[in-house]
Amino acid sequence: MTATLTAPAAAPPSPAGPRRRRRTLSPTLLAFVLVPLLVETFWVFWPAIQGVYLSFTSWDGVSPAVIVGFGNYAELFSDPTFGKAFLDTVLWLVLFGGLSALGGLGMAMLLLKDRRGVGFYRAALFTPVVFSLVATALIWQAIYQPDGLVNTVLGTLGLDSWQHSWLADANTALYAVIVPALWRQIGYVMVLYLAGLKGIDPTLYEAATVDGASRWQQFTKITLPQLSSVNSVVLSVIIIDSLRSFDVVWALTRGGPYHSSELLSTYMYSTAFQSLRLGYASAIAVVIFVLAFGVILTYLVRAFRDADA
Amino acid sequence: MSRAKASRGKILRTGGFHLVAGGISVLWLLPILLVIVTSLRTFDDLAANGVGGLPHSFTLGNFGQAWVDGGEFQAMVNSLIVTIPAVIITLALGAISAFALSRYDLPLRRTVLLVMLAGNLLPPQILLVPVSKMAEMLGIYDTLAALIGVQIGFGLGFYTFVLYGFMRAIPGEIQQAAVIDGASPPQIFWRIVLPLTRPALASLSALAFTWVFNDLLWSITVIRTDTKMPITSALLGLQGQFVSQWNVIAAGSVIAAIPTVAVFLRFQRHFVAGLALGAVK
Repeated sequence: MTATLTAPAAAPPSPAGPRRRRRTLSPTLLAFVLVPLLVETFWVFWPAIQGVYLSFTSWDGVSPAVIVGFGNYAELFSDPTFGKAFLDTVLWLVLFGGLSALGGLGMAMLLLKDRRGVGFYRAALFTPVVFSLVATALIWQAIYQPDGLVNTVLGTLGLDSWQHSWLADANTALYAVIVPALWRQIGYVMVLYLAGLKGIDPTLYEAATVDGASRWQQFTKITLPQLSSVNSVVLSVIIIDSLRSFDVVWALTRGGPYHSSELLSTYMYSTAFQSLRLGYASAIAVVIFVLAFGVILTYLVRAFRDADA
Repeated sequence: MSRAKASRGKILRTGGFHLVAGGISVLWLLPILLVIVTSLRTFDDLAANGVGGLPHSFTLGNFGQAWVDGGEFQAMVNSLIVTIPAVIITLALGAISAFALSRYDLPLRRTVLLVMLAGNLLPPQILLVPVSKMAEMLGIYDTLAALIGVQIGFGLGFYTFVLYGFMRAIPGEIQQAAVIDGASPPQIFWRIVLPLTRPALASLSALAFTWVFNDLLWSITVIRTDTKMPITSALLGLQGQFVSQWNVIAAGSVIAAIPTVAVFLRFQRHFVAGLALGAVK
């Protein structure tokens, strides 16, 4: 399938006969592929294999690693902090992922049409995307301080009883961390959806309007189906980003107080580099990988299909 | 009469749009405005009027404090030492592999492409422990070289994939003409394919710059010494060093954001196009 389908589009100088094929295998071209591949193997694939291997060991990083079989995984089941981090990660995925998708789509639809001021509004929403998550976190940490903006506004509105030390309270810490993450992510998702919405043929809407379709019908019957490929990209991006989320939590709460904002990523990091339980941390990392695996696979299948389409 | 009514409705709708969109934009820009204002206030003012209170002072001293006492100058230098080579080398490696994979019928080329992309999609957590131990064994742990290396290796797959898509779209006739003229693959790459890929390279450079510059996880994984920390992890240090001195921390955040904001403003069009690349492909 690959050879016949791709030969014309792949643009080899002439149809890929056996002689041609051998000729294109010049050492330079091989080096062009192999050097980058080796670099990635060295920094990514080989460490990834080691990471899986380490998850079956008990290791403090100094004395030799001891193989413990599935011991680390068994321990995960009875580790309440892991359970908390797992649930928080799911909650993070639903809230951070869901709200950034909805918010991003909503803002893209609001700011789709080119009209006066739209450039400014888009830029305003997009600006936080260029900040680092650490800078974002520090900005919001000041806002959340006991004498910060949130409490000041609440006080001005007479809602003194709502005032809180948002990041220090185990009941609010996780939600307080999600807000800055959303502030930064919505503009990014908006850009993805803007690109998708601009690709929809406007005559579809014209025809629907002539047929008397309502706004809502146009949205569910035209916009959403037409966005299906962007939706699947956004979904993959969101899941992969959610599982990777680390910086903003680490900078704001380090997973605390009392693990109340602990994600798998922060728990993995503190287990590895603060508790120095490298084997156990690797097992947590493998769990993150397994969670991401399905998404990575669907993303790759799509990419595989599109790569030569 | 009905025309006047219709135009009134239009004005109302336009007004409503600007009210909603403007309101959201103000809400979005408020934290940025706040951090800038805070960075210009004195500590006494913060203590007296609260971090969220109205400002009663003006000083530029916080920037000096973050820049010198907070070590942000050194951190900024470190960040640039890491970011610039990492971006250039990753894009160079991504470009040559994308060229060979997209323009020649190499065996297993699609498999190689997807394996490379898969590496970039891996959750970094699974690499943290092995990469830090590997850096120790190589004797480059706690050096900027380790950070450059891992940034190159981890980013490569994505850039290769995006550039592959671009290079495939170049018509085959151009390449055929060059082959007839006796051009070798490196010549075709350098003289024909690379110049035609410039828009994509510009987008990817702007994106890669912000990604590498803003990274936290890799730098706190392979670097220990404070004076070697790039700016993002140095900001975390500032948070510990100037506890509750929000004016200095705010100034530090503003400084840390300047390079990426500058890149964004300079390459705005490329930047947004780059972000959208993944979506429509």
